[in-house]
Amino acid sequence: MRMKGLLVGAVLASTAAMPAFVSNAAAQDSIYVPLFSYRTGPFANSGIPIANGMSDYLNMLNERDGGIGGVKLNVEECETGYNTEKGVACYESTKSKNPVVTNPYSTGITLQLIPRASVDKIPMLSMAYGLSASAVGESFPWIFNPPATYWDGLSMIIKHIAGKEGGFEKLKGKTIGYIFFDGGYGREPLPLLDIFSKKYGFETKLYPVPPAEMQNQSGQWLNVRKDKPDWMIMWGWGAMNPTAVKEAARIKFPMDKFVGVWWSGGDDDARPAGDDAKGYLTLNFNGVGTQYPAIQDIVKHIISTGKTQTQPDKVGENLYNRGVYNSMLIAEAIRNAQKITGKKAVTGEDVRRGFESLTITQARWKELGLEGFGAPITNVNCADHNGHHAAYMQQWNGKNWVKITDWIAPMKEEVRPLLEAAAKDYVTKNVGWPKRTEPCDRPS
Amino acid sequence: MFYREAGQFKTSYRADMTVFPITQDRIGIIVILLIAFIVIPLTSSNFMLHAVMIPFLIFSLATIGLNILTGYTGLLSLGTGAFMGVGAYACYKLSTLFPGVHILVWVVASGFVSAAVGIVFGLPSLRIKGFYLAVATLAAQFFLQWCFIRIPWLVNYNVSNAIEVPRRTLFGVHITGPEATPQARYWVVLTIVVVMTWLASNLVRGRIGRMWMAVRDMDIAAELMGIRLLNTKLLAFAVSSFYCGVAGAMLVFLYYGSAEATAFSINQSFAVLSMVIVGGLGSLLGSFMGAALIFTLPILLPQLMAGLGLPIQSATAEHITFMIVGALIIFFLIVEPHGLARLWQIAKQKLRVWPYPY
Repeated sequence: MRMKGLLVGAVLASTAAMPAFVSNAAAQDSIYVPLFSYRTGPFANSGIPIANGMSDYLNMLNERDGGIGGVKLNVEECETGYNTEKGVACYESTKSKNPVVTNPYSTGITLQLIPRASVDKIPMLSMAYGLSASAVGESFPWIFNPPATYWDGLSMIIKHIAGKEGGFEKLKGKTIGYIFFDGGYGREPLPLLDIFSKKYGFETKLYPVPPAEMQNQSGQWLNVRKDKPDWMIMWGWGAMNPTAVKEAARIKFPMDKFVGVWWSGGDDDARPAGDDAKGYLTLNFNGVGTQYPAIQDIVKHIISTGKTQTQPDKVGENLYNRGVYNSMLIAEAIRNAQKITGKKAVTGEDVRRGFESLTITQARWKELGLEGFGAPITNVNCADHNGHHAAYMQQWNGKNWVKITDWIAPMKEEVRPLLEAAAKDYVTKNVGWPKRTEPCDRPS
Repeated sequence: MFYREAGQFKTSYRADMTVFPITQDRIGIIVILLIAFIVIPLTSSNFMLHAVMIPFLIFSLATIGLNILTGYTGLLSLGTGAFMGVGAYACYKLSTLFPGVHILVWVVASGFVSAAVGIVFGLPSLRIKGFYLAVATLAAQFFLQWCFIRIPWLVNYNVSNAIEVPRRTLFGVHITGPEATPQARYWVVLTIVVVMTWLASNLVRGRIGRMWMAVRDMDIAAELMGIRLLNTKLLAFAVSSFYCGVAGAMLVFLYYGSAEATAFSINQSFAVLSMVIVGGLGSLLGSFMGAALIFTLPILLPQLMAGLGLPIQSATAEHITFMIVGALIIFFLIVEPHGLARLWQIAKQKLRVWPYPY
């Protein structure tokens, strides 16, 4: 009898679960925007604020404006745990609901999905991460990685260091240490670092941090103490960042000579080291703080009404605003797609065109309620899916990030040939890579 | 009542020794195969095929591989993820070095590379046992993963340090690369898994399997009976790594489409080990059950909850899955070390005598 009861229960449960698989096709008059996020796992400390910022901005558009161009956005998060397998599962589970963009938020997942984007006709936004070579629109018509690539980031850091040392010629004989996440993400800048070191005559010391050992960097920092580099550059993410900042403080490395890329600049990356982290520098391409009208709108419509998972005091932190920046790019691409096509419920193919001719001028930033939040996006076109936009240097004062430089332009002339070569390499290695057939809305 | 073998007489030794001695089981397996080969690919959604069925089958194969080593031979290994990685990287190197040879040949051949690596890391098993062997295999895990990251030759000097899958066809149909349909991949994966499971079932039932089990139950006694320990244990490592290697190659070529070294991290090893434990040590059926439970639970749980009218945040589903899997492992280790397979056996026994209690 008990067996029978169990069986009946199982059958009931499975029939009840069926609608979950079938209800996909509903809601034609909304735009489906899946957000891959990670609120669990070893990268959650970086992933949570970004996930919050991304969904809060899009939900705010729904609440304040009723979506984009009168069409509601159907925003849905899918938990990846920064895990490639789960990311692929997320992609598959969202694909059937006609997403207009893929937003993987992990270099590993991005690499998996790059070949699929053109087949499934879903554009992919990997904002300043992923495959740098995908900036070449001729080879990767469906992938977008504005506002800057890792190579741009490195060139800006070297520029900043040269500025502090008193010119590029002063770099000669200096030692620059590079501590990095030992995976695709951290290794990508290595070729350019090599080129710079030859060109400007500085010595590089490499300190790789294996993904499994992110929270144990005492060995690397022992070597740093021994090698005494003049500057340290960091390419870290997740639990690697706060650990590195703490270790640097422990060996009394001068914090104002320790520069992280934009992904190493979370508030929670610097905060655990307390006052010792004062002076730590990172690149950034989005504004921090809550003073922007659009962020105020998020507070008004989303935070104070409790329609979010965000803790009120975390709004305006660096990575939170990074998430807002990411969602702003998505929203603007959708809006642009609506403008180009005249349609309201745009598809992935339309949004690809929207990205390809995306322009955000100073005036547009102001209209968005985000004046001074980011550098104008002016260089994205069919050939260049990145634009190589400027970023600025910010410094931790013990409580907040403070902008300390003006916008620094990357050394595009150094970066672009590398990108072209990498894209060519990718295409030759992937035999049968499709030729670009997509027409161009805005010739470069 | 439904499941009675009365009247099924065996008139030859051959009939008595078949894999499925009961007629109902034979019918059952044919029905399952028919469903797997025909019904599922024709009726399932792409999501079901690509995100659930294909990885489930691949992980089942990896679980069988580890089960041969841990369940049948009693050697604990924490290097499964790395051995899968060896298969994947070998397949990538071989298929890019010799693009003319068919990809499925390389998927299977990469298993042999993995087997060779497995033998090397299996050598210490002659001297050390239990925890110490687990630590030795852990060394294999870390060393091999280090190789995947640090030897650029393995990834053909790719800047992003990832292996990417070339487009290949079988009878003119794409089976790897982004153009391959989930159906095509599913059929290829299923065929490989079914054939290799059939091989494994014959292996563990025969002389070799009995040698493994003798070593597992008491290696000194096995040695006294004339079983050469070194050969037996190394054979177990080789066969186990072969299965894991093929599973790893399929994982990248027929599922992911490209991979970084982190895909073969220690977490992968633990995941497969928990599939073995929950499914049942020393059972092929259990390997499938364990993989089904551990792999599909986190994917289907949010959908199930939403269907029941209790939509949960995707992160919460992740936390719940962790708790459920943890509880399941503790439960099975304490209550039923032979896992789901044993539960199925008990249920089967009950069904045979139902409605009588004995």
